[in-house]
Amino acid sequence: MAERGEPKSGSRLEKILRAGHFAFTGELGPPRGANAEAVKKKAAHLKGNVDSVNITDNQTAVVRMASWAACIFLLQEGLEPNFQMVCRDRNRLAMQSDILGAYAHGIRNILCLSGDHPKFGDQPNAKGVFDIDSMQLINLVKFMRDEKKFPSGTELDEPPRMFIGAASNPFAEPYEWRVQRLAKKIQAGADFVQTQCIYNMDRFREFMKKAVDMGLHEKCYILAGVTPMKSVGMAQYMAKSVPGMDVPESVINRLRGAGKGKASEEGIKFAIEQIQEFKEMEGVAGVHLMAIEWEHMVPEIAERAGVLPRPELS
Amino acid sequence: MIVAKRKPIEEIKKMLKGYKKVLNVGCGTCVAVCLAGGEKEVEVLNAQLDMARRLEEDPIEMGAFTCERQCDREYLGTLDEKVKQYEAILSMACGAGVQFIAERYPDKPVFPAVDTTFIGVNQGVGWYEERCRSCSSCVLGLTGGICPVTMCAKGLFNGPCGGTNKGMCEVSKDQPCAWHMIYERLKQQGRLDCIKELQPMTEWQNQVPRTVIQPGYRKPEKETEQQKA
Repeated sequence: MAERGEPKSGSRLEKILRAGHFAFTGELGPPRGANAEAVKKKAAHLKGNVDSVNITDNQTAVVRMASWAACIFLLQEGLEPNFQMVCRDRNRLAMQSDILGAYAHGIRNILCLSGDHPKFGDQPNAKGVFDIDSMQLINLVKFMRDEKKFPSGTELDEPPRMFIGAASNPFAEPYEWRVQRLAKKIQAGADFVQTQCIYNMDRFREFMKKAVDMGLHEKCYILAGVTPMKSVGMAQYMAKSVPGMDVPESVINRLRGAGKGKASEEGIKFAIEQIQEFKEMEGVAGVHLMAIEWEHMVPEIAERAGVLPRPELS
Repeated sequence: MIVAKRKPIEEIKKMLKGYKKVLNVGCGTCVAVCLAGGEKEVEVLNAQLDMARRLEEDPIEMGAFTCERQCDREYLGTLDEKVKQYEAILSMACGAGVQFIAERYPDKPVFPAVDTTFIGVNQGVGWYEERCRSCSSCVLGLTGGICPVTMCAKGLFNGPCGGTNKGMCEVSKDQPCAWHMIYERLKQQGRLDCIKELQPMTEWQNQVPRTVIQPGYRKPEKETEQQKA
């Protein structure tokens, strides 16, 4: 791994990656209400089993507890959150103030996303803000952190030393542009990327080969996205109805072939095989496990995938 | 051109409730071309209103007049005498035309008969598609002549997002992904370098009412003062 200079943030995830450990991150969707206990309950399943937990930001354009607020609960519970921020719901002013507030509360990771279009949510005619896009958001956080300034040029009295994350989808057209887009996100300032859920392993291998050929893995930590399938129905839904998702027929057939009541175990087995392959795959620095509304399965998956115990940091 | 859609008759009727003598003013430019508010549409709407109000035993007298351009003072002047004979004005022009009429006759209630919809192109008879949001910061030179502000549902400047779906946008199977099209066109032209560099945050110019004074021209001060008075 090439020299990456000084640590950029106070993030535990960054420390783990810099130390050369294979990172293992999780995800938590905040509740559709002001229910603090729901966040804490989900967090308990993840504690000690992952290095950092992505807190989604009104995912699929459905209103939930604010990502930063749920992040604070995670900090209180002794977990490291990864604050997801989408460009759909805030203009650049609100983004900057939320970044400052999040950092002041101890949040050290941020994942910069465009966000699903409001049309997907239950308030489809809400106005999407999209003042800036995810690429520009990455660059904005980097500018605030490294230049210690607001975009206006005014000095910041204390910069938000965030570890900056981005998403990458190797499975959406135009395929040949996806690795270029990853390069562009790195140019904009991404320190790490988490990919879309991977099911088409061939296409991912090809994507990683290109990324490694371009040396992108030396400039940015690439975490492979894994979402275990719970059922044949879920696989079919993802294959058919989730844009940018590539679920090969072979995966659906494998779940179906497992027999009645055994598809979820087969889904977990597939996820574990994937994680084991990613551990060996050149350029992959870790796995991002998105166990959607299945947080309680994370300890078992982590155990069986051989990623426990998580490294202790001094 | 500016494309508009006529409002539903019920909505227009509601706005005109209580008025007995209304002048319907069409516009002979964009809204006439897109079949929403030209001379012919004025006639049709007047006939509908006339009939509807007669059925309600509350007759209305609708006048008709179509000027060349409601957004141009020179043409609007032809209305001055006629307007005096009416209680209110219904305008079938775009939002600019409606406002220019309202500004010229401040004592008359002015109502819009169309919803101004977009700046677009004529794809076929009666078929129009949006192409421009008049953002004042055109990037078409970098994006292969395809507008990311208008044609990308998220208005991304550094697309495509992860939601492309067999070349279509995640919001609709019928809407091509703008960034997929941008990529294909630039690739064909050997110009992919145009989108390799980060496009920085846009300095939005459309956050306040905009004024354009072309080089060599200036705002006639006298006229401005007269308007204020």
